[in-house]
Amino acid sequence: MKHEDIIFAGFGGQGVLFAGQLLSYSGIAENLHVTWIPSYGPEMRGGTANCTVILSEEEIGAPIIRHPTIAVVLNLPSMEKYEPLVKPGGLLIVNSSLIPMTTERQDIRTIYVAASDIATELGNPRMANMVILGALIGATHIVSLETVARQLNEHLSQRQRKWLEPNIVALKKGAGIAKG
Amino acid sequence: MTKELLKGNVAFAEAAVRYGVQAYFGYPITPQSEALEHLSGRMIDEGRVFLQAESEVAAINMVYGAACAGVRVMASTSGPGFSLMAEGFSYIAGSEVPVVVVNMMRGGPGLGNIQPSQSDYFFMTKSAGHGDFHAIVLAPANVQELIDMMGLAFDLAEKYRTLVFVAGDGALGQMMESAELPPMQPVRTERPDWAVTGNAGRESRVITSLYLDPDQLEELNLHLQRKLAVIKANEIRWQEYQTDDADLLLIAYGTVGRICLSVMREARQQGLKVGLLRPQTLWPFAEARIAELAGRVRGILVAEMSAGQMLEDVERAVKGKVPIRFHGRMGGNMPMVDEILAEVWKLAAEIGIGEQ
Amino acid sequence: MTIQAVIPEDMELVYSYPASLTARSTHYCPGCTHGIVHRLIAEVIDELGIQGQTIGIAPVGCAVLIYDYFDVDFVEASHGRAPAMATGLKRVNPDKIVFTYQGDGDLAAIGTAEIIQAANRGESITTIFINNAIYGMTGGQMAPTTLEGMVTTSSPGGRDPNIAGHPVQMSEILATTAGAVYITREIVADIASINKTKNAIKRAFMAQIAGLGFACVEVLSTCPTNWNMDPWKAMEWAKENMAKTFPLGTFKMADAVKALKA
Repeated sequence: MKHEDIIFAGFGGQGVLFAGQLLSYSGIAENLHVTWIPSYGPEMRGGTANCTVILSEEEIGAPIIRHPTIAVVLNLPSMEKYEPLVKPGGLLIVNSSLIPMTTERQDIRTIYVAASDIATELGNPRMANMVILGALIGATHIVSLETVARQLNEHLSQRQRKWLEPNIVALKKGAGIAKG
Repeated sequence: MTKELLKGNVAFAEAAVRYGVQAYFGYPITPQSEALEHLSGRMIDEGRVFLQAESEVAAINMVYGAACAGVRVMASTSGPGFSLMAEGFSYIAGSEVPVVVVNMMRGGPGLGNIQPSQSDYFFMTKSAGHGDFHAIVLAPANVQELIDMMGLAFDLAEKYRTLVFVAGDGALGQMMESAELPPMQPVRTERPDWAVTGNAGRESRVITSLYLDPDQLEELNLHLQRKLAVIKANEIRWQEYQTDDADLLLIAYGTVGRICLSVMREARQQGLKVGLLRPQTLWPFAEARIAELAGRVRGILVAEMSAGQMLEDVERAVKGKVPIRFHGRMGGNMPMVDEILAEVWKLAAEIGIGEQ
Repeated sequence: MTIQAVIPEDMELVYSYPASLTARSTHYCPGCTHGIVHRLIAEVIDELGIQGQTIGIAPVGCAVLIYDYFDVDFVEASHGRAPAMATGLKRVNPDKIVFTYQGDGDLAAIGTAEIIQAANRGESITTIFINNAIYGMTGGQMAPTTLEGMVTTSSPGGRDPNIAGHPVQMSEILATTAGAVYITREIVADIASINKTKNAIKRAFMAQIAGLGFACVEVLSTCPTNWNMDPWKAMEWAKENMAKTFPLGTFKMADAVKALKA
């Protein structure tokens, strides 16, 4: 049975909440049960932000989890917090552009993606969230890349519209790295 | 209709619009302000009444006024605002007008914090204001149930001319989940035969909770108690998961109820026969069913985001028939699956079943 | 036997009991001015032909049973919240005429937030504010409008502003709100002032019918029982003393209200 407990974590402004939402929209499009729950409140003001996304083929119970099957970390504090918590056999995806640290853990799979650098090369460092989401899709195929691109098209705000194509390129680039 | 990714607060607000709510009065308070924000646009677009009041005290009295006019009306708030509304709750109960109020509970007491909590259970189920009354209290566990329960809340409020609370928490309000909204329903245009609409062509009507004569006030109270008895006989709702062969029974509602669904699944994988009873109405409460199950299972674990409030109702139903353990988190903390699972194993050890 | 039956054929009926009042006798004390103001409101409702559309909001205070005396729809508010309740009622019944009837404790103490916000929003409601400088129903305690030095059961040495603050001038405050279109302070102490008060109440209702905004008529009133005076002396006292702290007059009248023809 398909079921993933995923945590996206980073600084506020790195787009982790949107990356989580985009994955959630994609999950619904592929007929999965989905929950998305953010950390909210004063801790969001300028500090770290994270959200938990659960995709499942069955009715979802707990919407929050202690040990994610997948952790996507975009900054160092998030790496320090979530690297030890990933479930044995799980997946850790690291934004190596901003995290000068590797894991010692042998019981999980780890993918390092220079997401911020790649995003900058593609024209906007703020697309690091799409590079790293692409890596998650490439590594797990929890949903298809085509679905994510379609959902991006539907949910990208009007203000960000001009970044649609570059964002899709970012997704694909991330997916390619994770596969390779 | 298709499933959408919906945030709890937006979902219940939009559901209310689609179930034909005619007026909304509120005051911003975290973690439910998205509902007020959503309705500020939607209600005006639909030509209905939306007003951001000067306080929750004013908001509930605006709701009370609109309810006296016989329209479908609601408010939404969280703990501190709910406390302020208590005055209105009592008047609404005494005057028997239908009102729906959503309470997205947060950590208390006092200003507390804005994280999820279930510590308004006593307040909502036992004493939401001065005088002898109960509101019907609905407890959704996920966004879909929250949507569905908005329709149920309005129907029950109007059927019994009573106050209905929808008891969520900060997590349910803030989370997004795949869910389906109902189709748009027509707004009711006729007014019930008790509403104040001006006495043209009929006798004047008065809606009041004032009865200076003790016998008259006692008669009102007896009438309210008879009505509550009917509600108790007809409106208790709960959901059960794998209770047929259960040795151990989990009892939890709302967000903790769904967390316990995961606990149950893991416990079963570990070889323990665990079932779950999730109350969907907190008042009236599934006490008869719990009493029945207490005669079949060997132990019960109650989990809540409180110091043990629903626990007292469970104890009242179980009457000491089987051991009851309690796991509660407070202050805005949510219990994790593994901590409740550890309590399940402690209970199993206590009554001598299962081996880890 | 009807009134008509006892009137000689050559005489015209020029004065009768208002249709908007019930036949019930009030519970008010002898000399209390609530009865006068009730009657003025009822006459205005009759004259404007709005009995069937009018909804009143009863206060907590001596007038808590006002709905027994009016033959119009009524609801009973909690203490101070009548303007909030009126807001809810009016917003879902924009074609009805909604009025609150509030005393000084209700409007000027516990309900200040609600009245000021309702006025500021320009709610299309009419408020009749009875100011008799005392809590009548609960037994003569100090009100927000109790005069400096005035003895009450909770200011036995006379109201000391250093302890209890100063009398609150609500009409002056309400007149500063943008949503208020008509704010006036009247008194019911003699025939002339009673007639003038009636005209003010009529104007306030007409402002609502015309959909112009919030209107409030403050009425300086007496409480012979709790003032420990006979009714006649209470009237004199109100004219001499209350009007000093609460000057009579119109504090705000929008041009559109001025243009209304009574």
